[in-house]
Amino acid sequence: MATLAPPLQKNELAKTSNLKRPRRYAHRMYPHWFLLPGAAIYTVLFIAPTFASFYFAFTRWTLFDVQFIGFDNFVTFFTDPQLSKGFTNTLIYGVLTSGLKVVLGLLLGVLLTSNILARGYLRAVVFFPVLVSTVGVGITFQALMDPFDGAINRTLAIFGIEGPGWLTDPTLVLYSIIAVDVWKGVGLAALIYMAGLVAIPRDYYEAARVDGAGAWDNFRHITLPLVRPATTTVVILSLIGGLRSFELIWAMTGGGPGFSSDVVASVIYKQYAAGFYGLSTAGNVVLFVLVSAIILPLFLWLNRKQTDL
Amino acid sequence: MKRHVAARHVTGIIAILVSAILFLVPFGFIVVQTFKTGPEAARLDFGLPTQFVFFDNVAKVFETRDFMLVTAFINSTILTVLSVSIMVVLSAMIGWVLARRPSRWNGLISFLILAGLIVPPAIVPTAWVMQRLGIFNTIGGLALVEVAYGMAFCILLFRAFVSTIPRELDEAATIDGAGPIRLFFRIGFPLLRGVIVTAIVVQSVAVFNDFANPLYFLPGERNATVQLTLYNFQSQFQTTWNLLFTNILLITIPPLLMYIFFNRQIVAGLTSGAVKG
Repeated sequence: MATLAPPLQKNELAKTSNLKRPRRYAHRMYPHWFLLPGAAIYTVLFIAPTFASFYFAFTRWTLFDVQFIGFDNFVTFFTDPQLSKGFTNTLIYGVLTSGLKVVLGLLLGVLLTSNILARGYLRAVVFFPVLVSTVGVGITFQALMDPFDGAINRTLAIFGIEGPGWLTDPTLVLYSIIAVDVWKGVGLAALIYMAGLVAIPRDYYEAARVDGAGAWDNFRHITLPLVRPATTTVVILSLIGGLRSFELIWAMTGGGPGFSSDVVASVIYKQYAAGFYGLSTAGNVVLFVLVSAIILPLFLWLNRKQTDL
Repeated sequence: MKRHVAARHVTGIIAILVSAILFLVPFGFIVVQTFKTGPEAARLDFGLPTQFVFFDNVAKVFETRDFMLVTAFINSTILTVLSVSIMVVLSAMIGWVLARRPSRWNGLISFLILAGLIVPPAIVPTAWVMQRLGIFNTIGGLALVEVAYGMAFCILLFRAFVSTIPRELDEAATIDGAGPIRLFFRIGFPLLRGVIVTAIVVQSVAVFNDFANPLYFLPGERNATVQLTLYNFQSQFQTTWNLLFTNILLITIPPLLMYIFFNRQIVAGLTSGAVKG
């Protein structure tokens, strides 16, 4: 974005006006009430419900009344195997999708910024799934991954391999959905890496070449450290998305078979739809704590490392 | 040198083949099914259709459940236009003031904006607040929810961009007698045009493709948005695959058009955090 900026004119006039700009000027020309309409919507529909969730999570809440019951909802959440399964699945889902998007996104980014054939076509094809509706993608892969009629297993059958029940085998289903999530999202990761990669000055590679560095040295000692901001963005974005993921799972399996592909977000929706509002909100609080506990330290750590460079 | 060129061609061809299998085949699959009759599409294979019934399928998809898809397209359009225009104007105002006027509240405000990107929304309490305000299950209410969820991203985009616009323009306008509102809408807003287009395109695609929030906050057939129409053709007992894939194809057209016409802006918006500085 910074490259789009018009160059700052550092002439004399600007300097004097910078020095003399009074506080009152800022008060008058950039009034605080500009913040109010947005802040009102944000407070009422986002901040207030978030705070309210910390109360309602401790209640038995139905259409008719609200009753304080302490930690019961959380106890249910972590002792009922149907619900606690969602918790571990969320962790697996978030970590795996994020890790795979970093690795594959970086690989694709390097490939698509290199001098490869049909680069424009490849970029377009890899990125397009990002813009397609998640539910549409989910339904399409549900058909492709059908254990008997699906195109994937039929193709495997041609080679004499009996394909597994991608979405019907309880031990496999979560990983199948993770694969589709990566398929859909890796284009965004690659795009972010591409922006980071083209910002690395060519001179570094020139200098390294003079010093006799090979391709691997270049990658390891120049590319990898210098795309760090892109890596931070990809890790944080895909972790946030992965831990909160709902739509793809809902479209592909609805959390099934049984509860084997449930995540916290789908549990929240199921309890909401079933009218267990307190339990659903407890799920929300669990997700809130989980996301904050992972993202905040990671964010601080990744940014600290960045300034060390 | 020759070996280099050959290697380049080999990786290129491999990449094209792999990408075709991984990325084109699923979309080709969707398209092929839309040409087929119900029983043929139910076989879920790549066989070519014996009868080409694409236009019949499109007509049927539109007619289903009393033209529900037409209603849904109207609803989704209203929702997208309403939420994105409110979101963009309000976020631009906020980004403008935050970048131009440092104050001791900026730390807290930045924290709240980051929270908006990270914190998963509390669903039932939000529905409860909306019910209290009488905006639950209304398109306007859902639009405001989309505004609340999308604003954080837009503010960060605008704030970063405003800080690159020289202040001298503001000062010149002030000397010419502009007030804060005129200054923002006449000077600030036009200068932000590029980044406003980016915000509009990225958020329109996001709102149009949103499935979860309409599911939570806008239940009921009358208010269906396009993403929810996909469930018209899928039930526990039977799925009408040809119509389902036709529906997927139809609701993918608007984002596809956005991508074709605004590719550059989408890329600019989505990569804004990737480069330091």
